[in-house]
Amino acid sequence: MTAVEESGTGQVLARDNALLRVDKVQKYFPISGGGVLKRKVGDVKAVESISFDIVPGETLGIVGESGCGKSTAGRTVMKLLDPTGGKIEFEGRDITHLSRKEMVPLRREMQMIFQDPYSSLTPRHTVGTIISAPFKVQGVKPARGVQAEVQDLMARVGLNPEHYNRYPNEFSGGQRQRIGIARAIALRPKLIVCDEPVSALDVSIQAQVVNLLEDLQDEFQLAYIFIAHDLSVVRHISDRIAVMYLGRIMEIADSEKIYESPRHPYTHALTSAVPLPDPRTERLRERILLQGDLPSPIDPPSGCVFRTRCPKAQQRCADEIPALRELAPGHFGACHFPEEKHLLPA
Amino acid sequence: MSTAGTRGRFLDVRDLKVHFPSEDGVVSAVDGVTFSVDKGKTLAIVGESGSGKSVTSQAIMGLVNRKSAKVTGEVYLDGEELISARPEQVRSLRGKQMAMIFQDPLSSLHPFYTIGKQLVEAVRVHQDVSKDVALKQAKEMLDRVGIPSPERRLKDYPHNLSGGMRQRVMIAMALLNSPELLIADEPTTALDVTVQAQIIDLLRDLQQEFGTAIVLITHDLGVVADLADDVVVMYGGRVVERGPIDDIFYRPEMPYTWGLLGSVPRMDLGRNERLEPIPGQPPSLIRLPQGCVFRPRCPYHELVPGKRCDVERPELDPITPEHAVRCHLEPAQRKEIAIERLTAHAARKPAGTAGMEEK
Repeated sequence: MTAVEESGTGQVLARDNALLRVDKVQKYFPISGGGVLKRKVGDVKAVESISFDIVPGETLGIVGESGCGKSTAGRTVMKLLDPTGGKIEFEGRDITHLSRKEMVPLRREMQMIFQDPYSSLTPRHTVGTIISAPFKVQGVKPARGVQAEVQDLMARVGLNPEHYNRYPNEFSGGQRQRIGIARAIALRPKLIVCDEPVSALDVSIQAQVVNLLEDLQDEFQLAYIFIAHDLSVVRHISDRIAVMYLGRIMEIADSEKIYESPRHPYTHALTSAVPLPDPRTERLRERILLQGDLPSPIDPPSGCVFRTRCPKAQQRCADEIPALRELAPGHFGACHFPEEKHLLPA
Repeated sequence: MSTAGTRGRFLDVRDLKVHFPSEDGVVSAVDGVTFSVDKGKTLAIVGESGSGKSVTSQAIMGLVNRKSAKVTGEVYLDGEELISARPEQVRSLRGKQMAMIFQDPLSSLHPFYTIGKQLVEAVRVHQDVSKDVALKQAKEMLDRVGIPSPERRLKDYPHNLSGGMRQRVMIAMALLNSPELLIADEPTTALDVTVQAQIIDLLRDLQQEFGTAIVLITHDLGVVADLADDVVVMYGGRVVERGPIDDIFYRPEMPYTWGLLGSVPRMDLGRNERLEPIPGQPPSLIRLPQGCVFRPRCPYHELVPGKRCDVERPELDPITPEHAVRCHLEPAQRKEIAIERLTAHAARKPAGTAGMEEK
């Protein structure tokens, strides 16, 4: 039986000053069968009808476990991947169907930082060439010359400007991430999508990069979409957090609320699973252990995709896809039976 | 060799050194590491990349290639010294008395053989039993580590399983011969948090049941807080602080430990506080600073008179019989700074958790 989809994601997109507006965006990857004809046999439903918006200077965190579609979501809203359905608006302009070429001028406004600074930097280019690439692509000629501008950027992100002619392999992981950041802010974008920007770094270096991202946000009024699996880091840096599971957004709320009073059973299980660096608190905490494995995104469960692992699932959850609805001011959840009580962190 | 030195501890590591000669000079990956673990207890070794935590565990297991590295010191497992023991002898202990689980299960599971075949072999290497008996043991262990329908899984290949399932298979393989010592090197780092929670739970249950001693190597202070009884903090190949879990988290005395604790964002505390990262980069193990290895990143070295931090390596000084620290700061100074830094943390505590009592 096909499940009924509730309508009404309008409320999630209520803010009129939105920089980016993502309305029921889908991204499917076709799977072709064997044989000569390569007939399409199904789809990997990586992102299924996600909606959110982001205002200037804001950080929206996207969390979820491997395979939840958070990276695909980031790449799709950046138009690095073509959405299968839905609508993406940047500063009020519909960019859903813009071609790669038409997107070029927009790249000045939206940039991306990747997880792996080792593979996202061309090893044969000097740092100077890497950081100045956006100027070249966009045909921008800084008033004081490219080198002076790049060296300023290097100093701004905590790199030694004298290392202008060095190669990426001469830098440590944390420094390489700073190179990626310098490149991303070169054209003073309004939005940066950060995909697991600190996951590969040691904790002491991770904190340095998180602080740098926060400083740059204050200085340039940047909006971030911060995609990561580490809830503690996301919670630290984000104003609001979207929790994804199997391609869908389960909950969006202010980042304090996500930990203190999660309304979706999945968010609750996820936050309870994060061990806190505090032995006394750990001894008191109770975990919600989820049973089973993540279902396949090729053939997701009917109704609520989380129902197969949800301790509260009922018949309605199999029949009806829960809409992302406002449960408290600014707090949205996609659940037929959301958690009611205020949950103290313990 | 006297065994009196083991003081009856189950695993006793004394002055362990692993040096790799290289073209650029000797890499002192592990330099004078000393710690011990009792049965039924968990010791966490905490540190960042290049701190020597993984090499320490490999040296204990006899997995460091002696042709490329010089290993010295003593490792007593239940009174038996392993560093000077013959390789065959260490090999016979490995898998039986001591076992190891890794971050990446694919690196320890063979892609060509079924789970069943690999588990049966793991049993039969150490026990003289028939294939059927071994298969039965394998099935029971898969069931024990929470793998659904183990009978069917025995016929699967590693690539048929999810990451969490593979990790469980590896844990099952490590536990097949009921080892008394389990070394877990970043056992949950590659896993999602909900799966990590399941694996941590499993390790705790198995430890309670079998009284296994666990050496847990990790960079995740949350996992440490959850599982460990004692903690060793490593930096630049050395132990810089060690002590019972509560001493390390609530009474730390080494600037590096303060730095680590200040670098981690905490989900349960107010979010607007800025993180306090450790400045600079971890040291190169070839050109270690002459004095304290942490000196180049330490914000407090100027408090020590006479540039001692630049010229003199500090010793691991005991504060209590269990808690020791490697730092030139005066004990009174260390306590004062620690209180200051930890109160900054405590101030972030949200209301409503202050009056909670421990179980």
